[in-house]
Amino acid sequence: MNRQTLRSALPDAFRKLDPRHVWRSPVIFVVWVGSVLTTVLAILHPSTFTIAVALWLWATVLFANVAEAVAEGRGKAQAASLRATRTGTTARRLAKDGGEDIVAGADLRIGDTVVVEAGEVIPGDGEVIEGVASVDESAVTGESAPVIRESGGDRSAVTGGTTVLSDRIVVRITTRPGESFIDRMIALVEGAERQRTPNEIALTILLTTLTIVFLVTVMALQPFAGYSGKEQSVVVLVALLVCLIPTTIGALLSAIGIAGMDRLVQHNVLAMSGRAVEAAGDVSTLLLDKTGTITLGNRRASQLLPLPGTTEIELGRAAYIASLADPTPEGRSIVDLAVSQHGPEALGGVPELSTTDAELVEFSAQTRMSGIDLPSGISLRKGAGSAIVAWVGGTGGQVPAGTTELVDGIAADGATPLVVAEQRPGRPAAVLGVVRLKDIVKPGIAERFATLRAMGIRTVMVTGDNRLTAQAIGREAGVDDVLAEATPEEKMRLIRTEQEGGRLVAMTGDGTNDAPALAQADVGVAMNSGTSAAKEAGNMVDLDSDPTKLIDIVGIGKQLLITRGALTTFSVANDVAKYFAIIPAMFVGVFPGLSALNIMRLASPDSAILSAVIFNALIIIALIPLALKGVRYIPSGAEALLRRNILVYGLGGIVTPFVGIKLIDLFVSHLPGLS
Amino acid sequence: MSDAAAGLLTIGVVVALLAITHVPLGNWMARVFTDETDWRVERTVYRAVGVDPRNEQTWRSYAASVLAFSGVSLVVLFLLIVLQKHLPLAQGTDGMGLTTAVNTAISFVTNTNWQSYAGEVGTGPLVQTVGLAVQNFVSAAVGLAVAIVVIRGVSRRSATTLGNFWVDLVRGVTRILLPISLVAAVLLVAGGVIQNLASPETIAGLAGHDQVIRGGLVASQEAIKELGTNGGGYFNANSAHPFENPNPVTNLVEILLMLVVPFALPRTFGVMVGDRRQGWTLLGFAATLWAAGVALVTWAEVHAAVAATGSMEGKEVRFGVWGSALFGATSTGTSTGAVNSMHESYSPLGGGVLLVNMALGEISPGGVGSGLYGIVVIAVLTVFLAGLMVGRTPEYLGKRIGRPEITMAALYAVVTPTLALAGAAAAVAYPTARESMLASGPHGLTEVLYAYTSAANNNGSAFAGLSADTPWFNLTLGAGMLLGRFLPMLLVLALAGRLAAQSRRPVTAGTMPTHTPLFLGLLVGVAIIVAGLTYFPAIALGPIAEALS
Repeated sequence: MNRQTLRSALPDAFRKLDPRHVWRSPVIFVVWVGSVLTTVLAILHPSTFTIAVALWLWATVLFANVAEAVAEGRGKAQAASLRATRTGTTARRLAKDGGEDIVAGADLRIGDTVVVEAGEVIPGDGEVIEGVASVDESAVTGESAPVIRESGGDRSAVTGGTTVLSDRIVVRITTRPGESFIDRMIALVEGAERQRTPNEIALTILLTTLTIVFLVTVMALQPFAGYSGKEQSVVVLVALLVCLIPTTIGALLSAIGIAGMDRLVQHNVLAMSGRAVEAAGDVSTLLLDKTGTITLGNRRASQLLPLPGTTEIELGRAAYIASLADPTPEGRSIVDLAVSQHGPEALGGVPELSTTDAELVEFSAQTRMSGIDLPSGISLRKGAGSAIVAWVGGTGGQVPAGTTELVDGIAADGATPLVVAEQRPGRPAAVLGVVRLKDIVKPGIAERFATLRAMGIRTVMVTGDNRLTAQAIGREAGVDDVLAEATPEEKMRLIRTEQEGGRLVAMTGDGTNDAPALAQADVGVAMNSGTSAAKEAGNMVDLDSDPTKLIDIVGIGKQLLITRGALTTFSVANDVAKYFAIIPAMFVGVFPGLSALNIMRLASPDSAILSAVIFNALIIIALIPLALKGVRYIPSGAEALLRRNILVYGLGGIVTPFVGIKLIDLFVSHLPGLS
Repeated sequence: MSDAAAGLLTIGVVVALLAITHVPLGNWMARVFTDETDWRVERTVYRAVGVDPRNEQTWRSYAASVLAFSGVSLVVLFLLIVLQKHLPLAQGTDGMGLTTAVNTAISFVTNTNWQSYAGEVGTGPLVQTVGLAVQNFVSAAVGLAVAIVVIRGVSRRSATTLGNFWVDLVRGVTRILLPISLVAAVLLVAGGVIQNLASPETIAGLAGHDQVIRGGLVASQEAIKELGTNGGGYFNANSAHPFENPNPVTNLVEILLMLVVPFALPRTFGVMVGDRRQGWTLLGFAATLWAAGVALVTWAEVHAAVAATGSMEGKEVRFGVWGSALFGATSTGTSTGAVNSMHESYSPLGGGVLLVNMALGEISPGGVGSGLYGIVVIAVLTVFLAGLMVGRTPEYLGKRIGRPEITMAALYAVVTPTLALAGAAAAVAYPTARESMLASGPHGLTEVLYAYTSAANNNGSAFAGLSADTPWFNLTLGAGMLLGRFLPMLLVLALAGRLAAQSRRPVTAGTMPTHTPLFLGLLVGVAIIVAGLTYFPAIALGPIAEALS
């Protein structure tokens, strides 16, 4: 929070003094009523004390508004830059007869098709139905590297407001104007559609009840005071009431909620509702896609295993040459491995294996192998075990004993076997050996899962791999469970089972076939790169399309709840010191013995009460940064978290006001006209 | 034996006996309320009343039964009191005024047993045994039934029904209260408590005045008076009367009777929810508060011996300071309200602690049943505050504490302080009511505050000093008792209904544990802060101002 944000928040804070707004927070509304009351009294019977109390009560309401305005202000700045992308786009709409007419982006309807060419802004959310283009989505994601959007498949969704950098695409519009992704983002970050979340409502009920209790307490006090011969002025009673009701958390509650959403936005995640953010804190099962989340996207060759009769160098050479023209990461990793084991000279020195004018055999889903046909007539192939066996068999060759065992053994370890075979002219093909391709588990991921386990979150790895492979990788990564050979239906069933057991489930997804599961999950994070169906189904969108972020999202959800709980505890704990300041001040006149309760040794009854009121107002301002940033969250088990937070916010909440009120009293007691 | 030694011995024996009894009794109660079979005598009752014992009720239906039963009890008891002059065994009692009768009927039906009439003068043996003693049993059984419903609410999953009120009521009487009070009555008779139907005898006192000595079925009444945490004495002097509580041994038995069921219910809770550790925590919570109360009152009284009488004013020599303080702290902490000494005469601090014991909401360990559900509400509030601090939607034993649940719990916590403070404030503001106060200054305020706190929390303990048999006090205290009993009951029944309807979430490392010493400490903290923050200003002007002057 800097001076700039504060300055822009102040006008809003004043505007929010409107009782119709203040009413939304019952606690602050009570302060507002108290401010009006003391102001009237200050005008009727002006005194330093009354005027000072009235001013500080208004300050309390104002500070509460500042907290909210600052939280909203951050979103507004983002919304403004988003809005800039939206204004004045025109669209080249395709007419039925094939012609084009130029219309405003705002006039597009669902089902319209538009043409967008390099340099033009996509006029609305839609799907590419023709062509392929690179698109700059930095307006939405903040990421400047262009992405590819093409018709068909999972990369067909485009967002209005993003810019086509190359080529030409035809887009079918899928949203009404005003309901596009950018519009929703604007509404979300501005907080215009902010509805109170279930937990926020429950907390508000508790705070309101506390307010009622203290209202009763203070109202009952006046007859007791009258009986004791020391009737209290309304100003003092209002001051006591305001100090007792949980103003601190009441003032910061909505700011905490807004800031929680905002923290997600800063992580480039858009939550469609605050409810989703809260649910993230409650998640107890995470479904994580293997590829990209747990393992690096690409498998790497880790070992070359020659079969009997083949030397290591022979296999290395064959695998190296078969992969030279293979552009896939797997292929390159085989080249790298062979080079690192044997050196480039040893690999290249055989004339009959010269690759000049060689013919490449590309991988296809039908053959499931790739390779090279050399001018010397030698053919080299690498591919899935069964494909190579079929190929060798087709040339009349024999697959040596031990091949199947080797292949199965590698699969059982969680790696992928790639069989290398060679056919020399006029002879049947022969299997040379097997390359072990290994999934590379992301560094540090096992530690993160261990942390999640300590937080009570179960991780389930979801993969299309077979069970053996999946379990091996799962073990290495340290996940709690594995869903192998996963189909969308399997995923859905898993989510349902977990939910029936009372667990909340979070998952990520990007494909259209993920949509039902995303909708079923309690927290469904759609990748921005995914289809619009996925984005519609989920309740969060990750603009960076980084599935690992699910773990951060859970942390943000927890932090939001912890911040609320911690500040509530702090707020209630504060009351102890306020009693010790105000009660003796009120009655020390009739019961001098009560001065024993004035353990802070405050200067005078008036200064004691005023100091408590001032502390009560200033603590709100002091805690705004904490409310916006969230309390420090260290992922750990519940017991450890509780102990730490009780210590900091419970005990801290008892001690802080004793110190604060005393310090304020040192200044306030010098005010002229204070008795 | 010195007073302190006798006192320590009494405490030691009470604690030892509770340690022995709470597990088997708790297990027994869990069995009673989960048993599928009925006893023959119970079947007879069900047939007579016309209920199907296997027919379970929703929380609404259960609550309706509670209210209907209590309403009928109220009317019957009221009529019995008003008409007793015309009924047999009146023994020349004067009966009561109408407002006194209203107050008394409410008082016994709500398990409060505030007595604005003088025990032996206001009621003859018929009303005592057919009216008051019956209510002593059934009002306690109603509290027990509601507590069991709350336990079922926590333990059942996705359930709409919570048991059958009539079954719970009858079983509470036949299988728990009657057998124990039978044994207790025999013990008390053996200890010297009277049990007869003799006519009043008039004897000439030493001072020359005639004195009427009344007999009655005292021991049987005394047993359920303490066991059911009722507290309404057969005699006006309550357990200070030698016929009710003749010696330190009967004193010990009576203290034990007050504590035995409330301290066994946490075990029942643990068994029924399938996690005994949870029961231990609630037991630890209740025991901590009880021990603190006993220690503070005893300390205050032992150190208050500044007057010529020491701190013996208002106390019986046969119990001494220790035996009186232990009885007082137990009685105010269990919502019994029986007295074996006059609390008015306690030191400001000692009397103040007795007041706070009630102000806590009767949870140290509280009355039969009502104590347990009060503690569960504190646990729900604690879970809500602390649960957020571990970053999850708060849950207690796998049940989410969401909007409806926290609403019920928070309102529960508001009801009794509101009734007590509003009542006391109205009384001191009302000149006619102020005339009833014996003392002036802070002590007078304590008298009034004590009366309303006692009524609203259904304790029934009287500070003495306040002449409460006036229409104003009879009716306002009556209202306090009635609302202080049934509003919280309805709220916890609704809470139980909400909890039962939920499925149970599995426990993970991210779940806040509710069986640890840390949670126990939090429970104590929340209980004290919630009560402390509401009552502190009033207490500052009463006991604290008096203590510091």
